[in-house]
Amino acid sequence: MMNNTRRGRLLAAVAVGALALSAAACGSDEPPATGAATGAASAPAEKVEITLQTFGGGENFAYDEAVKTWNAANPNVQVKYVNLTDRFEDTYLPQVLQWLEAGSGAGDIIAMDEGAMGLMSARPQYFADLAQYGLDSRKADFPEYKWNTGVNKDGKLYALGTDIGGMAMCYRTDLFKQAGLPTGRDDVSKLWPDWNAYLETGKKFKAALPKVGFVDGANTVYNSVLAQEAGKNGGQVYFDQNQTLIVDKNPGVKAAFDYVATLSQAGLTAKLRSWTEEWNTAMQKGGFATMGCPSWMLGVISGTSGDANKGNWDVAAVPGGSGNWGGSWLMVPSQSKHPKEAAEVLNFLTGKEGHIAAFKEGGNFPSSIPAQQDPAVADAKNAYFNDAPSGPIFAASVAQLSPVFFGEKHAQVKAAVEEVLVGADQGSVKWADAWTRFVEEGVKAAG
Amino acid sequence: MSLDVDAGHRTRTLPSNQRRHARPPGPRRLLSWLDLRAAPYFFVSPYFVLFAIFGIFPLIFTLWVSLHDWQLAGDKTFIGLENYTELLADDKFWNSVVNTVGIFVIATVPQLVLALLLASALNKRLRGRLVLRLSVLAPLITSVVAVAVVFTQLYGRDYGLVNWLLGLFGVEPIHWQNAAWTSWIAIATMVDWRWTGYNAIIYLAAMQTIPKDLYEAAAIDGASPRRQFWGITVPLLKPTIIFTVIVSTIGGFTLFAEPVMFGSGLMTGGTTGQFQTVAMFIVKEGFRDFQYGYAAAAAWILFLLILISALINFALVRGIGRSR
Repeated sequence: MMNNTRRGRLLAAVAVGALALSAAACGSDEPPATGAATGAASAPAEKVEITLQTFGGGENFAYDEAVKTWNAANPNVQVKYVNLTDRFEDTYLPQVLQWLEAGSGAGDIIAMDEGAMGLMSARPQYFADLAQYGLDSRKADFPEYKWNTGVNKDGKLYALGTDIGGMAMCYRTDLFKQAGLPTGRDDVSKLWPDWNAYLETGKKFKAALPKVGFVDGANTVYNSVLAQEAGKNGGQVYFDQNQTLIVDKNPGVKAAFDYVATLSQAGLTAKLRSWTEEWNTAMQKGGFATMGCPSWMLGVISGTSGDANKGNWDVAAVPGGSGNWGGSWLMVPSQSKHPKEAAEVLNFLTGKEGHIAAFKEGGNFPSSIPAQQDPAVADAKNAYFNDAPSGPIFAASVAQLSPVFFGEKHAQVKAAVEEVLVGADQGSVKWADAWTRFVEEGVKAAG
Repeated sequence: MSLDVDAGHRTRTLPSNQRRHARPPGPRRLLSWLDLRAAPYFFVSPYFVLFAIFGIFPLIFTLWVSLHDWQLAGDKTFIGLENYTELLADDKFWNSVVNTVGIFVIATVPQLVLALLLASALNKRLRGRLVLRLSVLAPLITSVVAVAVVFTQLYGRDYGLVNWLLGLFGVEPIHWQNAAWTSWIAIATMVDWRWTGYNAIIYLAAMQTIPKDLYEAAAIDGASPRRQFWGITVPLLKPTIIFTVIVSTIGGFTLFAEPVMFGSGLMTGGTTGQFQTVAMFIVKEGFRDFQYGYAAAAAWILFLLILISALINFALVRGIGRSR
């Protein structure tokens, strides 16, 4: 799940698309997935209730159908699905942390956004060891990145993946046409096998249309490059495995920073910050031509750009082939009175069946590989984006994704350093001072 | 407290020696004592109990937290005044203090002057006076977030109305969030749009309590309307002005919603903290970085800052009208 309050709108939009295209795939004759424990829950002596707490607007985790299926098959283990809030960072996370600290209040299963996984990994005392309940057998179901993030600092498996963002490159066919660039998605993907080629394409675009941004702003490009570079540098981003801050030492961070600096100084960005009114308006009015697109961003674009722009947007592969932005995990707090049953429910929700149900209901792209390979996902097309085969595009972007280690203060450092990038792009920070400031802010945020 | 006076008054009506002898002994005496002495406190206790729970307790608890390295769902170590010493050396904190004071000054001074002039105009015989008086209050009943959202759009860099208007005069589009002074102006206009009418109505109410014969006497003595305003209206409004200045000080120092909305909902207040107020700093430290102890210390410093600046303002405002 992306950690943003606009999820409601994007999910609503994604849901419409996903429901339409997966309607044909809706059938009850699907064989139960091997990992999923639909009928296999051991019957406890008395009825237990498992509370599942999530966040997000709109369809949020889209577990209505999955929970219904589970509850029908397991009369003795009834799941109560509670979406607490649409706001992750400022409401859900502080609340859950307080419950964990107090030792009561948290659900038997709680959902967690990528941004807080470093924090949770560093607090193993609050979570049940899922390997105790046999869930370590699920390793083959997930991309390495998704699996490793669910292993805490003690090496214990404590969380399994739900959705995943992946990464593609959305582009405006109308603007590409005006700039004399190819418009078909395969041809466009060939324009930028790597980030260097992407930069060159941007220069061509700017030469033809000097007033339009080639890319919206600094954030997405930075994160996409960083996700690829982190893989080349031992899966580290801002912290090493000892929680030492390496923002100034990690060549991957510097490489991603330098790339954004080049892009911005070449005048290729529209100098916009994501999730602002300006950004929304530019999306509607063609203020920029390309934007890094995790799977959930398709819904943001279609919801924001509206019907007037249907067919103007399309989806190509991301330079370098892989990337990710956003995604969530489920975990069982150790304060749960029924950890065994909770783990069984968690196993079901993160299994093939649970993933596919959530994709059908809310468009949440599954991180589970068996679910990605299911026709319901693999054949998914997005009508708004000229019927782009969104399923295979996103599956490809996460297949090669390298695992990344998130430090305890990853989210704070990330927010602080990206603020400098946005500032430099928009002009409140000079590029000449930007790297020094970038490191300084990172050090301050790490405390 | 008016309550003490009242209770005292009732008991005092009885001559003291008579009361002493007339009191029945034993439990009845206790009951009657309770009735006279304790019951009034009991009746006002709900307010004080609630105040203790939601006012005093959080205050003391915040003080306690501020003496710790208090991580949410993490370690808590007593560190004495270390948070305070660290805070007083923190550029970011002082940056937020400067921003808060800056926005307060450029918002409040014009706001109160404008409110005073507005009230004085509304105090005249005008057609449709009621409608005018009600309409200056209208901004107050709109949601502060709605105000901020609309203003933020007006101040948009690429598609905003303000930049379009400036563009008609050949001014390059301004990125209002980017520099400190532009962002302060934008936020100050939001604050003023909302609160000027409120203060004007308070001044107007106070103006109507000023006896008309004072003005008549002044007019007979040949005082101009301007002279009457500065010589009669303003001095007699002094308690009201002190009230509005103190309320504005508290409001200005806890400014939060407008700059947050102006900065797209982030607590950073611009890429280099150009318009991060102290309240935003506290929320960022406590609920984004989970440093409860540090945030609690900042909250206490803010409390002291409000106290000091309210006293300074009180001293300044008390002086007005004296020289005239």
